[in-house]
This record gives sequence, C-alpha cells and structure tokens, in this order.
Amino acid sequence: MKLDRRSFLSLGVGASAGITLSPIPWKLMDDLSIWSQNWPWTPVPPDGKATYENSACTLCPGGCGITVRKIDDRIVKIEGMTGHPVNNGRICMLGLSGPQLLYGPTRVKSPMKKVGEKFKKISWEEAISEIVSKLDKLRSGGKPEALACITGTDKGTVPELLKRFLTAFGSPNYLRTASVNDSYEIIMEQMQGVRTIPGFDFENADFILSFGSGIIDGWGSPVRMLTVNSLWKEKGVKVVQIEPRLSNSAAKADKWIPIVPGTEADLALGLACVIIKKSLYDKDFVNRNAVGFENLKRFVMNKYTSDQVEKITGIDKSVIEKMAVSFAKASSPIAICGKGQGRTPGSINEFAAVHALNALVGNIDKKGGVFATLPPDYIRWPEVIMDGVAQKGLNTNRIDGVGSKNNPAGYLLNRLPKKINSSGKSPVEVLFVSGANPCYSMADTHAVNEAFDKIPFIVSFSSYMDETAKKAHLILPNHTYLERYEDVPVSANIPEQIVGLTRPVVKPQYDTMNTGDVIIRIAKSMGDSVKDSFPWSGYESCLKQTLGGSLNKLARKGFLIAGNPRSASGKFRFTPAVINSDARIEPEGDANAFPLILIPKDSMRLTSGFIGSPPFLVKTVSDTVLKGNDVCIEINPETAKKNNLSDGDYTVLSTPKGSARVKVNIFDGIMPGIIAIPRGLGHTAYDDYLAGKGINYNSLVGPVEDPVTGLDVAWGIRAKLS
Amino acid sequence: MKKERIDKKFGMVIDLDACTGCGSCMVACMAENNVPFKKDETNKLDSITWMRVYKLTNKKPFPETEICYLPRPCMHCEGQHSGHSPCVSVCPATATDYDMDTGIVSQIYTRCFGCRYCMAACPYHARYFNWWDPVWPDGMEKSLSPNVSPRMRGIVEKCSFCFHRYQLALDKAYVKGRRELKEHEYQTSCTQACPSGAITFGDLNNPDHQVHRLVKPDNRHHGRPTAKNAFRLLERLGTNPKVYYLSSKEWVRRAGDNYLDNEETGKPLNLMKELQPEPH
Repeated sequence: MKLDRRSFLSLGVGASAGITLSPIPWKLMDDLSIWSQNWPWTPVPPDGKATYENSACTLCPGGCGITVRKIDDRIVKIEGMTGHPVNNGRICMLGLSGPQLLYGPTRVKSPMKKVGEKFKKISWEEAISEIVSKLDKLRSGGKPEALACITGTDKGTVPELLKRFLTAFGSPNYLRTASVNDSYEIIMEQMQGVRTIPGFDFENADFILSFGSGIIDGWGSPVRMLTVNSLWKEKGVKVVQIEPRLSNSAAKADKWIPIVPGTEADLALGLACVIIKKSLYDKDFVNRNAVGFENLKRFVMNKYTSDQVEKITGIDKSVIEKMAVSFAKASSPIAICGKGQGRTPGSINEFAAVHALNALVGNIDKKGGVFATLPPDYIRWPEVIMDGVAQKGLNTNRIDGVGSKNNPAGYLLNRLPKKINSSGKSPVEVLFVSGANPCYSMADTHAVNEAFDKIPFIVSFSSYMDETAKKAHLILPNHTYLERYEDVPVSANIPEQIVGLTRPVVKPQYDTMNTGDVIIRIAKSMGDSVKDSFPWSGYESCLKQTLGGSLNKLARKGFLIAGNPRSASGKFRFTPAVINSDARIEPEGDANAFPLILIPKDSMRLTSGFIGSPPFLVKTVSDTVLKGNDVCIEINPETAKKNNLSDGDYTVLSTPKGSARVKVNIFDGIMPGIIAIPRGLGHTAYDDYLAGKGINYNSLVGPVEDPVTGLDVAWGIRAKLS
Repeated sequence: MKKERIDKKFGMVIDLDACTGCGSCMVACMAENNVPFKKDETNKLDSITWMRVYKLTNKKPFPETEICYLPRPCMHCEGQHSGHSPCVSVCPATATDYDMDTGIVSQIYTRCFGCRYCMAACPYHARYFNWWDPVWPDGMEKSLSPNVSPRMRGIVEKCSFCFHRYQLALDKAYVKGRRELKEHEYQTSCTQACPSGAITFGDLNNPDHQVHRLVKPDNRHHGRPTAKNAFRLLERLGTNPKVYYLSSKEWVRRAGDNYLDNEETGKPLNLMKELQPEPH
C-alpha cells in the first residue's frame, strides 16, 4: 500500500480522534496523578489505641491543665483539660504546640560537653563527675559563693532543690529572671503588708482599668484572661485600656485611651486626685483599714490636678475626670499595671499609684477585688545542713546587691552582666541555668553575652538548644514537661492557690534526666556536708515525700486547690514615700539625637521567655510583623511622613544600644512618634523555623534601674529611623 | 423526592466581638489536621492555613482606629440549592463533594489532581494548594494524627469541619446504640480550643442547638441569618455559607460584603432579585 498524503492525514486524524475519545489518556493521567501522590516519603501516621491523659502545661506561668491525646505511645494532640480551674477545656496556641517541642529538632538529646567550639556527647556519669570536680575546687578554695544559679521561677520543688543546693554549698547567689511580679511583690509588701503576688478576682469585677497590661495579649494567666474577657463582654463589664498603641487588648476594650508612654503613674495619681476631690472614695475603708490617706491627698491635690495631668499625659482632662468617676462609681473596679505580657518589672512609682486606686475605692480583700494570695506552702523540708565553708560563703554579699541598703527587691539579675563585665575576672566561676534563657531574654543582649563569655563554667539544664545552652560548657538536658513528674505551683494573679502536676505522658525520647534528679545526684557525689541536706534517693521520692497525702489527689485530678490561700492584709498604706513623682522612668537616650521612642509589642503568637516559638506559632505570625527574615516596625502615617517613609520601605532603626534593618508597616493605631517592634523574634538559637528571623528587641534596649527597687524597668528606649 | 428525616446542616457561628485574634484556632486546626509548615511561612499566598485569622481595621486615623479579627474557615457553602457550592460545581474529578446528610463540603485528596479550578472558584480563599511535599523535621512525624491523611504535593486541601471527629463521634454513639449525636459530641478542634469561646458549632437545622439560636437561619432564604448583628461573608454573592459571624459594630458587618457607597449594610442586592431562584 502506498502511503499518500491523503491516507497519511486521515490516519493521523483518525489516530488522534481515537486516542482522544478512548479512555487511555484520562486513565494514564489518573494513574499518573495517583502514582505521583503515593511517594513513600509522604508519611502515613500509624494507627493505634487512642488514649487521653491529664497533665499540666509549663510553657508559660499560666498554669493551665492539659489533656494529652495519644495514639499508642505517641502524643498526637494536646487539648485543654475540661474542668480545670484555670482554663476549663480551653487552650492557647503555645499549649497546642507542645508536641512540636517534644519531638522537634531543638531538643538536646544527651548530656553535652563543649570541646573547642563544638558540643560533644558525653555520658551522665562523666557529666556529673565533671561538675562535681569543678564544684569541689570552689569549696576547697574557700569560694563557694562563686557558684551562682539562674532559674525562670523560684516556686516549686525543682527551683527549691536548686536553692537548697546553693545554700548547702555555701552560695547566696541564687537568682531568678525578672517579671512584672517582682514589682507587684514589693508593692504588696509595702502597701498591704504581705509579700506576695496579688490575686485579682476578675471574674467578679465590674470595671477594669488597665495601664497597658496586655489583658488578652498574654498578661497573667493567658487563657484565663481570654476567658474572663469574654465573660466581661457577656456581663457588660467596662474595660478601659491605657497605652500608646492599639494592641489587641486596646482594640477589644470598651475604650482605648492613648497616653504618652512613661506617664502612667501621673495619670493614676491624677485619677486619685479626681476621686478624692469629688469625694468618691470609700470613706469607710480609708478610715478604718488604711493609713497615710492624708499624705496622699495632700500630695495629689497639690501636684496632680486634672489640668496638670492633662499636660503630662496628653489625655484630655474631661476624659480623665470621666474615667475617674466611672472607676469610683463601679462596685468592684480593679486597676492593674505591668505592660504587655508583664515580661519586665515596672516603675515602683507607677505600681504604687495604680494600686492606690484599688484601695481608694476599697476594693481590697473582697469579692471582685484584690487579694493577697499567698504562694502555696507545701514544701517543708528539714533544715539545710551547713558546714563552716557554707556558712562563710553565705555571709558574703549577694552578687546582685540584694540584701544591702534596705533594697526591697528579691532578685536583681539585671545587675549581673555589669558586675561581671566591670570585674577583671568574673566573680561567678560556675553558673547553673535552669528554665531560663537570659542570653536572649535580658535587656542589652550584647552586654549579657559578653558577661556570659567571661564566666569560666556554665551548666545549662535546658531541654532545648537555646541561646544560653549554646553558651554553656556543659548541657545536662532536662526531660520536657511531657516526660517528667513535677509540681507546678500557679502564680499568675489568680486568687486561688492552684498546684498542678506534670507527669510522664510518654517515656523520655532521648537520654535526658530530670533536673531534680541531677541536683540530688550532684549533691550526693559531693565529698562533704552538702550531701547530708539531700536525704532523698531521687527526685520522685522527694516529690512523694513533699506532697505526702495530697499527691494521690493531685495525680488523680491533675490539679489541687489549696485550703485557705488568702491572707488578711494589714492596714493598707498609701506609702507616700514610694509615691514620688521624681521617680518617673525616662527612656534611655538623648532626645535630640533620637527623636522617636521604641516600645515592644507582645502577642499571643510569639513567645519571648524561656520557651522559643515552635513552628506552628511562627507560621501564624502576620506578614505585617515578619516578612521573610525581616521584621516590620509599626509607625503612624505621620511619623512615616516626617521620615520620608512609605509602607513596605526598608530603613535602619537605631537606638543608643544598637541598630537594625527593618521594614516599615504603617499603622494608624499607634501614637505619632512611637515605634513598636514585636518581642520574641531575632533568635540566634533553636531551629530553622525560628532562628535568624527578625530582630531581638532586647538587643536594641538597655536596662534602666528603678531608683527605689533597682529592678530593670525600661519600658522602651529612644530611637531614630534613617 | 423528599426525604422523611430532616437533614443536618452543620455550621459555625463566630462572635467577632469576643474573638481576640489570639490565633489558637489556627494552631488547633493545624495540630488536629496534620497541616504542614515550612521554614518560611511569610508568603501568605502559599501558607496553608485551613483556618486563617484576618485583621480588619476601620481605616480611620489615630486615635479613632479600630481593629477587628475575623477567623475564616471553609464556609461549606450550600449554594443556590444543596450541593451547588462554587468549588463543588467546578471540580472535574469529583474530588470535592457536598454531603447532603451533613452539609459538609468534603475534599478527597487522592482524587484531586491539582487543577485548582476550585481555588479559582472559591470567593473566600479557603482552599490551599500543596506546591511542595510536606516535610516534617526528623522525629516530628511522631506527632501526626492517624485520623487525617497527610497530603502530598500537587493537591488542594481545606477545612473539613473536622469531619473525622464526626465519624469518630458517630462510631461511639452507634456502639452505645444511638443514631443521633448530642450537640457536644461533635465539635471542631478550633471550637474546642478557642480561649474566648467565640466559636460555636452545631446543627443549624436543629432549633435546640446554640448555632441555630444565635443566628436564627431563615431556611426559606437559604439560611440567611435573621438575628441582630449576624451576617455572612459576601452574602449577596448567593454562595450561602454555613459560617456566620456576629458583630455589634456596623463597620465590621459592612466589611463582610462589597457595598457601594450608597448601599445600606445588610441590604440585599436589588440587581440580583430577578436572578434569585424561587425558594424550594
């Protein structure tokens, strides 16, 4: 057969039509797509028996109860524990991300020793004998005080064991990272006569005046605050938020009142002035349960009239007067302070002025008011045994200066970097760090890192490779909270005393050890009297003996509410000695060279404390906060115009402490002249999902000491854009 | 053909006054549904979030500025008649389907071949395409739930109203000899997690359920909400979503649709009147 043009074409057409109309191409495409979807690397999660276990979350101080969903021995989900007094079934995004921390790449998988610049895996025996030999040298050299310890909390059995170890060893230098509660503790002691964190009965309050506290941005116990915020909406409780930026808390409040930052105390005193002038204060309370009212009255009438306060705070005097009247006329109004999530302490002057408002309306020690909630008191161990070396060491001055000159603060960790950097040889020779990441979370990161570089031997107990662990010479990784037993005393402004219990929901994934056990083992290996103070065979037996009969109940329910947590306060003191307008905290820097002010902004979507944000959290961060690896700053259109910047522009943000390239996000909800930068970014440690993204706010700000307490109370810093 | 029993119509009501924008719902969803994550998630066009929280502002200058957060799951649109969802009607592979019993719009991953018509059709950007194979860092695969298949490169995924939870709850009820679920037995992961209690989930057709009471859907008009302050996104498009919102603020309700300057918020579109089919 001859293949002519005509038959060639018809054959071609016929074949195309045939193939098109036949199911072959569709079948092939279907097979191809199915085949391409069945790659062996797409995981198929194995099925198994589903179980639920109750435990406690320790990722923030909030103290929520959690219910962990397991498939066989894998944790696949963490949910809020139904019926828990803090969170009743609800949970925040960090709590939900727990499995990512447990199984994530940031875990330290075994004890590690730094050799040169790198970490080398070692055994627990080697690690402990290494520490013991270092510590023995300190004691035999008669310098036990050269051992220092930094923890993230000082409540609960593990911090208590560390404290006890230092005491038995002979060092007074047990330090804790700071928070808003340091200021509150001092204020409660000075005004109510009880050194404790106040418990706010928000559930029964009917007017909330927040001086910049991020009520729904992670202040206090975050899930409780979010729940109570909805309750307020239901009941029609008014919330007034005072801060220079439209935070989520301001956006959800009934009224947002922008204020010149740093003048919160003046406003509070101005409100007190109106309340006193209009005679709206609780005369019964003031006469019977308080002292110093006349002093306060004279003080505010003289210096804090609405006209004067309007000039200082930038708030219209009619607004001030209206606010004062609504506050005083409410039946259970509460005023709170501690900016954002309360990561840093605040000016004592401000705390005193704000807390004085609560007393003026008599809302102390009663339903819907402020309680002096005592910390749970279940740790009753035998006296520490101290030999001569220990006693001598304990008599040395604290490294942070606490204890001298009537300083009311408990811990002044903020002074440690300066102290080390100004000495030729570091006064701290061995440093323990547990549940804290000071190399990231303390102001002036540069100075902090310099100080840590000078410490000859740092031991980190972190489960994760954080900034401080990276600096350590030895890492003794703790189990995560999902792998260990530990008591979790909750101290997040909740009026009840709640204690939770974490439990090993899964067996330890790596070669880690409970820090409690490590301390007991180190103590027992010490060649002298230190071991006598640790009569327990291990941490679990210590916990069992400590909790005694309550352990069973705690284990069964997952939490415990202590009997009578509230202390009757003494007479309320309006302490005019502390309320002193001269103590206003000014931001660091020269106003001419740095015409703008930089403040941090806190969000539920980023963590900024010891725990780094897991991948899920970073994923939810808006592209107006983080774009690629660039951090976005929030400025008012007016500020942008003055600096010739448009939305999305890149610019350099400089402060007296450092500078950084940033992206501009123009936002109407911020006061002109203010720059806001997110807290929680700029990590140099952790995994690729977090490291290298954005700028650490702490690297741009320096500590500013409160003249009365010595705490770092910097709320911002002067800045410029160029 | 009329069925004897009343079909279920699962829906969600989100109270925007209560929502604080904390984002728990987003992570509750990701953790429940094995949603993957990449090293850089700041390109929000390819960042897979079945539940996404949008930030709205009233566009007023300082200090009159206001913010409202709006969580957006899949709307599980009913369309002009049951099953006429924008995405379902364009899918050439029947990979997405409307379940007549529950009103849930499904997504069958192994059927999807990634043409992305549904994404173009969805007016809510609720659908996401897997441009890459999901990668979990070494060890983190242990946290994956067996109840939801991890998806692979080349397919579309979206919120399922945690349909697997419905199936698990039904199984449990059947074992106990029940055919009907109680309201609390089937709740989505985001509803359960929300710390503000802003999300309510349930059967819109069941007058005892909270969702029904909150929005009072008018079933003669495709479930249009009749409660005060209730609205649906792009109401006038006729997609008839099963996700409702509540807001006491007029500017928020107005942001829920594209209104001309002279149009009143919540007013039906006049032009479309003749095109609207008779209720059936």
